[in-house]
Amino acid sequence: MMRNFFRKLTGSQLIIPLFSLLLLIVFNLIRDVSFFSISIVTNNQGYPVLSGNLISILNGASAVAIMSIGMTLITSCCKGQDISVAAVAAIAGSVFVSVLRSREITIPVIILAFLYACLVSVLFSLFNGVLVAVFKIQPMIATLILFSAGRSIAYWINGGATPTISNPLLAAIGGFIPGIPIPTPIIIMVIFLILIILVLKFTTLGLYTQVVGINEGTAHLNGINPVLVKLLAFVISGICVATAGCITVCRIGLINHETLLLDAEMDVILAVAIGGTALSGGRFNLYGSVIGAYIIQALTVTLYAMKVPSAAVKAYKAVVIIIIVVMSSPVVKEFIVKLYKRIFKKETDIKAAANTA
Amino acid sequence: MKNICKSFPGVRALKNVDFTLRKGEIHALMGENGAGKSTLIKVLTGVHPKDSGQIFLDMGGSLKEINVRSPQEAQNLGISTVYQEITLCPNLTVAENMFIGRGNYRLVNWRTMKKRAADILEKLNIPARAAQQLGTCSIAVQQMVAIARAVDMECKVLILDEPTSSLDEQEVEKLFSLMQDLKSRGVGIIFITHFLDQVYQVSDRITVLRNGELVGEYEAKELPKVQLISKMMGKDLEDVSAIKKQKPPEEKNDVPPVYEAVGLSSINFPNAFDFRISKGEVNGFTGLLGSGRSESVRAIFAADKITGGRIRINGKEVKIRKPKDAMKQGIGYLPEDRKRDGIVEDLSVRENIILALQVMKGFFKPFSRAEAEAFADKYIKLLGIKTASMDTPIKQLSGGNQQKAIVARWLLTNPQYLILDEPTRGIDVGTKVEIQKLILKLAEEGVSVTFISSEIEEMLRTCSRLIVMRDRKMVGELKGDEMTQDNIMHMIAGEAVHDA
Repeated sequence: MMRNFFRKLTGSQLIIPLFSLLLLIVFNLIRDVSFFSISIVTNNQGYPVLSGNLISILNGASAVAIMSIGMTLITSCCKGQDISVAAVAAIAGSVFVSVLRSREITIPVIILAFLYACLVSVLFSLFNGVLVAVFKIQPMIATLILFSAGRSIAYWINGGATPTISNPLLAAIGGFIPGIPIPTPIIIMVIFLILIILVLKFTTLGLYTQVVGINEGTAHLNGINPVLVKLLAFVISGICVATAGCITVCRIGLINHETLLLDAEMDVILAVAIGGTALSGGRFNLYGSVIGAYIIQALTVTLYAMKVPSAAVKAYKAVVIIIIVVMSSPVVKEFIVKLYKRIFKKETDIKAAANTA
Repeated sequence: MKNICKSFPGVRALKNVDFTLRKGEIHALMGENGAGKSTLIKVLTGVHPKDSGQIFLDMGGSLKEINVRSPQEAQNLGISTVYQEITLCPNLTVAENMFIGRGNYRLVNWRTMKKRAADILEKLNIPARAAQQLGTCSIAVQQMVAIARAVDMECKVLILDEPTSSLDEQEVEKLFSLMQDLKSRGVGIIFITHFLDQVYQVSDRITVLRNGELVGEYEAKELPKVQLISKMMGKDLEDVSAIKKQKPPEEKNDVPPVYEAVGLSSINFPNAFDFRISKGEVNGFTGLLGSGRSESVRAIFAADKITGGRIRINGKEVKIRKPKDAMKQGIGYLPEDRKRDGIVEDLSVRENIILALQVMKGFFKPFSRAEAEAFADKYIKLLGIKTASMDTPIKQLSGGNQQKAIVARWLLTNPQYLILDEPTRGIDVGTKVEIQKLILKLAEEGVSVTFISSEIEEMLRTCSRLIVMRDRKMVGELKGDEMTQDNIMHMIAGEAVHDA
């Protein structure tokens, strides 16, 4: 029973992310028991809202978690990463703001602006997709173009300005909907996750993506069009990226094409890696990637709570991430399995000896 | 090697196996898939550590016990292996390939290296230039370069693991003369192959393994082929002879053929060809490697880009432009290269089996877990696929069982026309027989089958019509009594066909 459970666990790609998350939680509990306490405070609009480190982890990781879903699909079928996601998010955010600024802000206008942002983001993502899927350029090189040019394009969209947009409706999207104590980005993330679960359940996206990533020749001979599957991954990623961009714009209340989600692409890729999806493609694990995003954010919040100067946070993060990545390497995994077996074997030997005695 | 034991989790791969290789002999190591051949070799070459037993090696006249802990160490001791899949670097030159990774990290003198490489190539009569990129040589020559590399390392023991499976007959001949040459130089060669004829052509001695146990060591001359097979399979060979008696029905003229192509051509098979197959017929494409037999069936399945031709299915004109069109018309295709085009390594047996049917069903209609499991379960039982569970990644299965899973994938789509390109390559005799039986059974049930195999005997046994190919052209067709090995050879050679 125990043994079966252990085997299932070690076989699962989820073990490392879950274990890392557990470790972080335990570490924080030892360091400060009240770290995860959630309190209800009244925000400046006069509504009671949840507050605490846990909430800020869940909230802060939303954008990266959403983008990591798209990145996981791209990684799986294209055997590479899209490094332009943050830049494209800046473009999407800029489009979102430019539409909002042209009209009076109402809920339909916000929806329109979001759809517009999605469209633009999908188009840019498809540009990457065509380079990767049709012209067979390595993903990292293909997306390097928008990685470097994306923020310049974002700059043009709003004429070089960094306009602020303050509106209670937008504040509700980036912060709290009056009366609901949970931050809206968390709710959006949950909705997104449910959508993805439904897509995976009611389509063969998961199977097709992995088959294309593992063996394109087989995919072709079994009637799957690898080019279409790859483009689809980029389209989904485009929607994820636009959502992440718009949430972030709403949260900070302005668009700054230079700093919006700066360096987020690295966090996203890291989330995918921690989540147990091989960066060389193939089998993927969407939930792992989402957990990976939360691990990164939990790490950041922990470090800030430990009063690590913000300039040094990245270095500390790097150390922890090295540990996680090494832990998830096949070499270490094999070693742990061997170790466990040795211990387990002894136990059975003792039991057998006891039985014969 | 004495009393070698090796266990893997859950399996005892080798049980007290003895193996003796003498100086200057070619020793065939035979057994079905999973008999323990590869494991024995891997223990010998230090890939896997042995659990118990001893290995001795002749060191300057006296036997010394050796303890091989890594392939590098085995190489240093003079044990070299040439694997089925070339493990050299195709984009380096022949000379570089012969000298890389030999534990020599000093500066390289390119000129002496090239000179030495050229000398060895000449000595062994290998048709390659030292400065040539390895990838531009044929597979056979690449294999010979790998052997040359081993020879230059002064190997005493040379292990050839399925060296001939991707070679055509002339290339095999060349390889064999190289083997004979090495033998006369005192090298002991362990030869692993699935081709029985080749075993008798070159081997002095045969060791047979079954289920991880030693069956025995025999002089090749004293062991008839049928006995060898029965020793490998552990049962008498009624099965093989039973196959010979059955013959699929001849085609009828009044019913339109299941599949008919007129002037079909693809980018990889530019010479337009006509082809037809009737209901329940088994036919075959034969010809040397590179004659275009695979390319022509790929054109039928539209696996390569189609450049012209008209297709009729059951007399009705249809368009087949991509594999999915062919699948919709009830055509299944088992590709020649199982590893590259057939299996999806990291996915489970279950996912591999349902793949084609799932694609036909559509993107928005995934099978539920229960449905998929029912399908997989049915075919795992039906074809006797040996796997720990249906969730096991297919790459962990043996070659024969992987092949069965791919066959299952196509049977599941309930095809009316099944193309099997080399379904019996690189798999054990037992599975080969099973697959041939399955073909005949399918034909009886009314499925048309095109069967391609490098072993002409297999095709003569199962096919009622053979299409002979040469230089990417169909050069003739043989039916009934005309189908003899002799006639095929003559036709391939471009001579007149004699009546049998």
